[in-house]
Amino acid sequence: MNTILIVARKEFRDDFRNRWTVALTILFALLALGIAWFGSAAAGRVGFTSFDATLASLTTLGAFVIPLIGLLIAYDAIVGERDDGTLLLMLSYPLARGQLVAGKFLGHCGALAVATLLGFGLAVAIMQLMQPPAQTLQAWLHIGRFILSASLLGACFVGLACLISVLTVDKSRAAGLALIGWLLSVVLFDLALLALLVVSGGNPVERAMYPYLLLLNPVDVFRLVNLTALGDGAGNDLLTGMTAHHGYSPLLLCLVLLAWAVLPFAGAMLAFRRKEI
Amino acid sequence: MNHAIACEALAKRYGTLAALDGVSACVPRGRVIGLLGHNGAGKSTLIKLILGLIAPSGGRLDVLGQSPWRAHALRRRIGYLPESATFYASLSGRELLDYLARLKQAPRGQTQALLERVGLAHAADRRIGTYSKGMRQRLGLAQALLGSPELVLLDEPTTGLDPQATRELYRIVGELRADGRCVLISSHLLAELEPHIDGALILRQGRLLAAGSLDALGEQAALPARVLLHPRGDAAGELLARLDARGLPAQRRPDGRLELQVPRAGKLPVLRELLADPAVADLDVREPTLAQLYDWLGAGQRSAAEACA
Repeated sequence: MNTILIVARKEFRDDFRNRWTVALTILFALLALGIAWFGSAAAGRVGFTSFDATLASLTTLGAFVIPLIGLLIAYDAIVGERDDGTLLLMLSYPLARGQLVAGKFLGHCGALAVATLLGFGLAVAIMQLMQPPAQTLQAWLHIGRFILSASLLGACFVGLACLISVLTVDKSRAAGLALIGWLLSVVLFDLALLALLVVSGGNPVERAMYPYLLLLNPVDVFRLVNLTALGDGAGNDLLTGMTAHHGYSPLLLCLVLLAWAVLPFAGAMLAFRRKEI
Repeated sequence: MNHAIACEALAKRYGTLAALDGVSACVPRGRVIGLLGHNGAGKSTLIKLILGLIAPSGGRLDVLGQSPWRAHALRRRIGYLPESATFYASLSGRELLDYLARLKQAPRGQTQALLERVGLAHAADRRIGTYSKGMRQRLGLAQALLGSPELVLLDEPTTGLDPQATRELYRIVGELRADGRCVLISSHLLAELEPHIDGALILRQGRLLAAGSLDALGEQAALPARVLLHPRGDAAGELLARLDARGLPAQRRPDGRLELQVPRAGKLPVLRELLADPAVADLDVREPTLAQLYDWLGAGQRSAAEACA
């Protein structure tokens, strides 16, 4: 256990050293403030408006950006060490292969979580300061849920990146696969679901299955966790409308997201154990 | 338990390719052993097996008294310098050693001592990315010595080192031997390696060609010694004829010296004769080198089957 933490600490510090963490913090803060400020530009106004609407927009944006960042931060975790010739050195130390993967996973997840907390936290704190009516316990609960679920979503894709990193033979292939993974989960999955709905014409079987199909993609689970909590009127009628008849249990959604965070990572551990070095 | 490494009929196959086949050998503690062989001879495979990174396909391997496969704790007692070592370029030498020392549960104070021992104390806080090849290699040696390992594996440790740094490296290897630790050095540079090793394991295409102390191997090969003679004045022709009559055909070298091959068994009588010969001004005896032994064993040659294919 201690060994995992030693590796995790090193990866976490590396992410700081490479300015990953700082860059992400700034990115998240700017995105959040930008959305908050210009979010209602379509309605002819700028400035902070509805807090819930801002959070809903952030959710949509986060669903795009966070998976990409999770993949980028960790796609070279193992294959990069192999390319640099340090993998053999690391494995000659008294640590199990699983411990190496686990340490890297935890380190990158930690860095991503810290950036999420600091970036979005800072932005939200500013919004709250400038919008006294939004200073409610409810709002902070939403924020807490958002940051926690965003971190878990990040972990899903850091895990996927680790799995890709274990399975590929060089860095460029890993990068390519990571991008394909992003495209599949963030863009194509939803398109495919939509196409399915259109083609089937929304027959009862299809309509009954749809809410469960959404659980197959961590990105959609992340959206559901946040949007179902925000409720109506936050500008997210499309998704909530289609799933309105299905009562998702918030606890179940969180568990599914957690499972998604663990699953690819467990796959990476298993694959790395079996790999011929 | 007396052996640092003991293997019996050790084999490693990748699919149908036999990277190692039927290797049986013992490496005692307190010795410096050369691991020799051309590329693809199975040296890296053997090192990975010793480190427990791959599982043997057959046979038995004991390292420091236990089977190394997935024996993580055993690796605390082994030091390893990978070939052409590269490290995390963004860390400083000290940070790298601190990190690795923590992984190996080595005493924290060792980092500074090791940096001084390999002559890197002045650059300890610089980024490894700025290090020269030789400095990286020395850093690699320092990390291999973390935790005072009982067995040290050095893979091509002197590539990229200047002569001074090479001497320093072999000085440290000598200290390790004096300390009773076993050092296994894989290298192509036979002439450079020869004075520093006690024995050798010679591999070719996954098979062990020879194993043992250099003396024993020399005895076994019975290679002739070469003797170079400086003839006195213009006595070269006369000396040449006399040697010929004695059954020792000599060859004239461009520098005027005569070279003859003296069989190992009859070396001393022949030398006594030559010393007493008035036509000999000076003589120089060249014992068979490790490189010659290596060639005699055919370690550098391809097998007949491979040559035909």
